[in-house]
Amino acid sequence: MRVYTIAVYVFLYAPIAIIALFSFNAGRHASDFQGFSAQWYGRALSNPFVMDALETSLIVAFITASLASILGTLAAVGLQGLRGPARAVFDALIYIAVMIPGIVIGIATLIALVTVFDVMNPWIESLWGDADGAPTLSMGKGSLIAAHTMFTMALVVIIVRARLGTLERSLGEASADLYATPLGTFRQVTLPLIAPAVLAGFLLSFTFSFDDFIIAFFVAGSETTLPIYIFSSIRRGVTPEINAIGTMVMLASLVLLIAAQLILRRGDRK
Amino acid sequence: MKYEPVVRNDTSSAVAELRHVSKRFGDVEAARDLNLSVAPGEFLSFLGPSGCGKTTALRMLAGFETPSEGEVLIDGEVVNALEPFRRPVNMVFQSYALFPHLSVFDNVAYGLRQRRPRLSSSQISEKVERTLDVVRLVEFGKRRTWEMSGGQQQRVALARAIVNEPKLLLLDEPLAALDRKLRKTMQIELQDLQRQLGITFILVTHDQEEALSLSDRICVMRDGRIVQIGTPRELYDAPASRYVADFVGSSNFLEGSIESVAGGRAEFTDVSGHRFAGQAGPGVEQRVRGTLSLRPEQIRISREPLDGGHPVTVQNRIFLGEHTEYVVRHEKIGTFIVLASRRAEDREQPLDAGTRAYIAWNPDAALILRAD
Repeated sequence: MRVYTIAVYVFLYAPIAIIALFSFNAGRHASDFQGFSAQWYGRALSNPFVMDALETSLIVAFITASLASILGTLAAVGLQGLRGPARAVFDALIYIAVMIPGIVIGIATLIALVTVFDVMNPWIESLWGDADGAPTLSMGKGSLIAAHTMFTMALVVIIVRARLGTLERSLGEASADLYATPLGTFRQVTLPLIAPAVLAGFLLSFTFSFDDFIIAFFVAGSETTLPIYIFSSIRRGVTPEINAIGTMVMLASLVLLIAAQLILRRGDRK
Repeated sequence: MKYEPVVRNDTSSAVAELRHVSKRFGDVEAARDLNLSVAPGEFLSFLGPSGCGKTTALRMLAGFETPSEGEVLIDGEVVNALEPFRRPVNMVFQSYALFPHLSVFDNVAYGLRQRRPRLSSSQISEKVERTLDVVRLVEFGKRRTWEMSGGQQQRVALARAIVNEPKLLLLDEPLAALDRKLRKTMQIELQDLQRQLGITFILVTHDQEEALSLSDRICVMRDGRIVQIGTPRELYDAPASRYVADFVGSSNFLEGSIESVAGGRAEFTDVSGHRFAGQAGPGVEQRVRGTLSLRPEQIRISREPLDGGHPVTVQNRIFLGEHTEYVVRHEKIGTFIVLASRRAEDREQPLDAGTRAYIAWNPDAALILRAD
């Protein structure tokens, strides 16, 4: 039993440990360790392609997380007031959104957006009058943010709803009894109490969007996010530079996920 | 520091009124045809077991429930459709419902901060400090509510409500979560507070002792209806039904039929065929089923034969400090609970289980009531 357990952990974490180890390789080949060096980290951080991809990823992740936390929180609060079959239907739809494989969301979003753009673009052109200067809708940051927000919003709804479920109904009543309007109650009681869950939802959405490759691969258009950059670089061979980028992405994600967990747990104690 | 009582010009009108109020939740009738008028400065209790509609009545006054029929009036105005945050009433919740993210001071200041036009922060802190002084929590302003004991949380909940100087303070089983000793202390504080502030209190409770010791008037409820309204003494001495006699204080009950009624007195025959005389309760009629109610402290118990007494066997003796409770059995009539004061008991040898004894009572102490 113990041997088996150790084998599982080795199988899970050894590749990751090797990536981290080889990111410090002094040599230029990923498979041949020639002594410690941090040079690949410097190379990665001074590579303009890497930095462009990182910037795109950060912008997309930040806007996605912001939109998802706002929309998800509003949806969760709205759903709280819903009862009966309508509630069951919305609940099911939200869980399904989380369970649908990324590749399906990617393809579905791609097809849907391409169809919409094909209809909209000639229409915009005709409104604009001048065929050459007319703006055209196309895949890019916008479509990427839309697809990521749709998926991560469901995560936020689930996290915030769990927190809302632990709040006593009488808190809202007490606030109303003390002359607060419904909006005042939301601002002064509900929001401060669900804030940890909203923040955790933000961090999870950010991590998801930042790490995502599958959905981005379909809907990013000409934009290159960091995962897409890594994927295309690997086709030219794994270098210690890729290992360094991978290690940094992994550390950043881990920090965000742990932070989200800690925030949620602190919020629950109160 | 003295708390100024609310100034009221018209003291004759009711602070709160229920007129033919009913409330249905789906098929369940939680309140049926409630009629009640609460005078300014009064301490009124809704008393009844859980599910009797007392909390529903309170929530309709607070505005958390809308009556299905009838009118709820506060200060002479119909408030059926008025949202809770517009009503000049405040509530102390059973769970206290203190805001966990706010300090004690901010909890108490919450209601004041919603006022428009805004109060200055010095006005707010003055009122909050004064109220914290009233509930003896002056040094606790900066504390978090979840760091406090149950009794302290209870006082924060009270302070948070009375700081607003409401016309009406609604209390939903406020002492139910406290242990017995603390409950006693808080009952006294509650009563002092009510006299000091002059605010009208409406208390919901299932604890008859609490209702009896605190209230000016008690409203006994059953299955959504008000079955009797009266002062604690009226309810104890002249319960209108067996239900009230059973719920307010404890009583011995004999089942039987009413033989005759005349001049406020009635004759009663119990199921074993024994005849008893007693006071006639309201609505008592000849030749209907009835109940004879006899308070345990109204029965004398003695080793020697008593005039008009009944022979019994002592089954159990329970020492209660100031009183001793006897469980005695008459062969035909059944079991009686007898409460003897310590002084009465000292004159004799204690009556141990198995002892033969006699019980008797003054016919005026027996109350003959309609069967429910």
